[in-house]
Amino acid sequence: MNQSALDPHGPVARTILDLGWVLFSVTVVVYVLVLAGLAWALLRQRRESDRTPAADRRFTSIVAALTGVTTLTLVGLVAVSEVSGRALAVPHAIRPVAVDVVGHQWWWEFRYRDENDPSKLVTSPNELHIPVGVPIVMRAMSQDVIHSFWVPNLTGKRDLIPGQVTTTWMQADTAGIYRGQCAEFCGPSHAKMAFLVVAEPVDKFQSWIQHQREPAGVPTTAPAAQGRDLFLSRQCTLCHAIQGTPAGARLGPDLTHVGSRMTIAAGTLANERDPLDAWVENAPSIKPGVRMPPHMLESSEREAVVAYLRSLQ
Amino acid sequence: MTDEALHRQLADTWYNPAGLVGRLSIVDHKVIARRYIVTAFTFFSIAGVLAALMRLQLAFPDNHFLTADQYNQFFTVHGTAMMFLFAVPVMEAMGVYLVPIMIGTRAIAFPRLNAYSYYVYLFGGVMLFTALFVNSGPDVGWFSYVPLAGPDFGPGKRPDFWAQLITFTEVAGLAVAVELAATILKTRAPGMTVSRIPLFVWAMLVMAFMVIFAMPSVVLSSTFLLLDRLVGTQFYNPAEGGDALLWQHLFWFFGHPEVYIIFVPALGMVSSIIATFTGRPIFGYPAMVSSLVATGFIGFGLWVHHMFATGLPQLGLTYFTAASMIISIPSGVQIFCWIVSLWRGQPRYATPLLFVLGFVAIFVLGGLTGVTLASTPFDLQVHDTYYVVAHFHYVLLGGAVFPLIGGVYFWFPKMTGRMLDERLGKWNFWIFFIGFNTTFFPQHLLGLHGMPRRVYTYPASSGWGTLNLISTAGAMLLAMGGLLLLFNVLRSVRRGAVAPADPWGGEGLEWTVPSPPPAYNFLHVPVVEGRSGNWDRRGNEAPPVVTGIKADCREVLITTVTAAEADHKTIYPDPSIWPFLCSVVTSAFFIGSIFTPWALPVAIPPLAITLIGWFWPKRSDRSTQCDLANNRLEPLRGEA
Repeated sequence: MNQSALDPHGPVARTILDLGWVLFSVTVVVYVLVLAGLAWALLRQRRESDRTPAADRRFTSIVAALTGVTTLTLVGLVAVSEVSGRALAVPHAIRPVAVDVVGHQWWWEFRYRDENDPSKLVTSPNELHIPVGVPIVMRAMSQDVIHSFWVPNLTGKRDLIPGQVTTTWMQADTAGIYRGQCAEFCGPSHAKMAFLVVAEPVDKFQSWIQHQREPAGVPTTAPAAQGRDLFLSRQCTLCHAIQGTPAGARLGPDLTHVGSRMTIAAGTLANERDPLDAWVENAPSIKPGVRMPPHMLESSEREAVVAYLRSLQ
Repeated sequence: MTDEALHRQLADTWYNPAGLVGRLSIVDHKVIARRYIVTAFTFFSIAGVLAALMRLQLAFPDNHFLTADQYNQFFTVHGTAMMFLFAVPVMEAMGVYLVPIMIGTRAIAFPRLNAYSYYVYLFGGVMLFTALFVNSGPDVGWFSYVPLAGPDFGPGKRPDFWAQLITFTEVAGLAVAVELAATILKTRAPGMTVSRIPLFVWAMLVMAFMVIFAMPSVVLSSTFLLLDRLVGTQFYNPAEGGDALLWQHLFWFFGHPEVYIIFVPALGMVSSIIATFTGRPIFGYPAMVSSLVATGFIGFGLWVHHMFATGLPQLGLTYFTAASMIISIPSGVQIFCWIVSLWRGQPRYATPLLFVLGFVAIFVLGGLTGVTLASTPFDLQVHDTYYVVAHFHYVLLGGAVFPLIGGVYFWFPKMTGRMLDERLGKWNFWIFFIGFNTTFFPQHLLGLHGMPRRVYTYPASSGWGTLNLISTAGAMLLAMGGLLLLFNVLRSVRRGAVAPADPWGGEGLEWTVPSPPPAYNFLHVPVVEGRSGNWDRRGNEAPPVVTGIKADCREVLITTVTAAEADHKTIYPDPSIWPFLCSVVTSAFFIGSIFTPWALPVAIPPLAITLIGWFWPKRSDRSTQCDLANNRLEPLRGEA
C-alpha cells in the first residue's frame, strides 16, 4: 500500500521530504551533542577548582555562546522552512487540471470541471484520477464537518472546512496508485475515509475522463436488468445518482461508473462481488455511522442489484 | 512564650476540624492539596487505563477489541482527562501544597476559595467519568472541533458533557491560579525579594498568570459552543454567518499555552530536584527566571501552528513558524543551565534525580521534534499523524510527568512523613523509561509512514501492524511502571521509613519545617537572607525570624511585591462548610445547564445563599482578638 511520506512521487512531497531530511540531520546532531554534554557532566572527575568564581564566569560564557548557536540554528531552520514553503506555492501552469475536492462523512467527491463547458462536469467518488507530470490544482471544501485531504506520497494536508474554499495543488511524477486518507477527525468512521489517487499517462487519463462523461451503460444480462429496476424502484435513488437513469440524488456517491472503481466504501473494501454484497446488506456494520440503511433487500434482490452495480463500468 | 506553648496555641488556632462536616470544612492548603493530588492521580489512572485499552485495540490491524464508538469516546475522554483533570490540576496542587512552605507563610491566600475549587474540580471529574460509564462520554476529541461538536453533527448530550467539564475545570483552575499568584506576590517571608524567589515558585507564578490569561479564551469558546447547542445561537455555523475556524483560533489560543501551563511547573520541579541532588544552587538563576517568564509570553504566540493545514496565508504562517521555533530558546537555556549545574555539582543518583535525567533525555527529543513541527511545510505531512502523538507524549509525559513523578519521590516524605522505597523507585524509573520509549518512539515512524491520529483501526495492507504491536507492548510496560508507583505509595504510606524534616539535604525553606508540616506550617515565620532557604540557615543556631504575628488568631504577614518588606497583617478565615455547599450548588447548576437553560435562574437563589454564608462576618470566641483594625505591625526581630 502506497501511503508514506518517506516515498515521494511528486514535487510537493519531495520538497517536504528534502526539508524533512535537513530538519532530521540538524536535530539528530543537536540531540547527540546535548546528551553527550549531559553524560560528560555526570561522569567527569570532580575537582576543587570547579567551585571558583572563575569557573562560573567561564560557564556563563559557555551558556551564552550555546544560546547564540541555538538561536542561529533556529534562524537557519526558519529560513530553510520558508524557502521550502515558497516552493510549494500553487504554480501558474498553463493548463493545470482543476479538481474540486469535497469532503463528506465519510467519503470523497472529486469533481472535474470544464471551464468552457459546464455540462462536461465529471464526478468521481473516492477515486482521483490524475495525469502524470501535470499540476493538479484543487479547490478544497466540505459539505458537513471538517475533513483533511492527504496523500502522503504526493502532498501534505489541506483541511476541508465547511463555509470556506481554499486552493492547493499536487503533482505525480510517476504513474501509480497512491492511497490517501482523511486526517482530521470527522466522526465514527473517520478511520475508514480513504481514497485512491490513480496517476496515469496523459492519454490514458484523457480516455478515462471521456469515459466518465458517458452515461451509465444499459444492462445486458437478465439479473442486471432486474437489479436496475430494483435500484430505481427502491430507496437507493433517495441518495444515489446514476447518469442516464432517473436516479439523480446527490447525498451519496455517484454510481454511474461504480463498477469501474477499484474500491467501494471510500477505500475500505475491494470492489468485488462478495464485499459489495456485504456492503449493500449491512453497510453500518462495516462503517459505523454510515447513513446507508441496512437490510433493505432480500438476498435474491441484493444479488440482482450487485450484478447491476458491477455492470456499471 | 516557649516553643512548646507557641506550638499548642498555633495548633489550636489553625485547627483542622474533624468529623464529616468538619472534614468538608477544612481550608488547610496542605490537606486540600493532598486531596487534589490523590484525586488527580486517580483520574490519571482511569485515563491511563483508557489509553491501555486503546493500545490493545490498535495492537493488530482490523482488530475488533473495541468498537469505533467506544474508541472515539475513549480517546476523547483520555485526552480531556489527561489535560483538564490530571495535568493542570496536579501541577496546581503541587503548587498549593508547596508554595506556602517554600515562601515562608502560614497558609495559601483565599483558603476558602481553595477548598471550593477542589470540590468543583472533583465534581467535574466525577461528571465526566460518569458520563463515560453510562455510554454518554464525549466522542468528538479533546479539541471538540465544530461543526462535528456542534448541534448538527454532535447529537445527544455527549459534547455538552465535554463543554461543561471545561467550565468546571476553568472555574477550579482560575481560582487556584489567583490564589497562587496572590500568595506568591503578597505573602512571601520578609527578605524574599524577587531575586530570591525559589525557581519552583517562579515557575508556579508564571503558570498562574498563564492560566489567568489563557483560560478566558476557552471560557468563551466553550460557552459559545454550549449556547449554539442549547439555545440555538450560530457562532460556529457558517450557513448563518458563523465561522468554523473561529473555534480553532479561540481553542488553540488557550490550548497552546495550556501545554506550557503543564510544562512550566515541571521545570520548577526539575530545578528543585537538581539543586538538592547536586548540593549546589542551580547555575544561572537570572537566566533561568528570564527563561520561565519568556516561555510564559512566547507561549501565547504559537497557537496557529495547530492550524497550518487550514489554508491560512503563507506570510502569516511564517510568523508562527518563527515563534514556534523561538520558544525552544528559553527551553534550551534551561537545559544548558541544568547541565552546567550537574557538571559543577556532585550528583547523588536518588530516584528523583533519575526521573529528572530521564526527563532531559526524553524532553530534549520531544522538543526537537517540536522544532520540526514548527516548520509549516514539514508539518503539512506529519500534522494529525502518529508523529504528533509521539511528539506531544514526549513533551508532556516526558517533559511534565517524569519530573512530576520525580517530584512525588522528592516531596512524598514532606507530605506524608514517610519515605518512598528507593529500590522500588529505581525499578519504577527504569520500567517507566523503557516502557515510555518503547511505546512512543515507534509512533514517530508510524506517522511518517502515513498513519493518521484518532483512527480506531487500520487495514492490514497498511504495513503498520508491527510498529503498533511494539507500541502496545511498551504501553503494557508503562502500565506496570504505574502500578509499581501505586504499590510503592500504598506500602510506604503505612510502612515506609519515617522521614525527618530534611531527608535529602534539600535547598528550600520547605525542608526547615517538620515532615509532615503542622497545620500552621512555621512555628516562627522565617526571615529570608538568600535564595537557598534551608542551606542559608545551616549552622545558624538562631536564624532570624519574624515576631509580632499573633498566635491566637489566623494572622498572616503581608509583604510588598518586589522587596518583600513587611507591609501589614491580615486575618485568614476559619474553616467553613459554605465553600463545599457552594460547590455543590455550582456543580448542580453546571450539570443542569447541559439539559435546560432554566438551570441558571433556578441556581441563582441557592448560589446567593451559599455565598452569603461563605462571606458572613463571624466573631467567634476564637476570633474576638482577631480584628483587622488591629493589624498594626510590631517590630520585627532579626531583619537584616
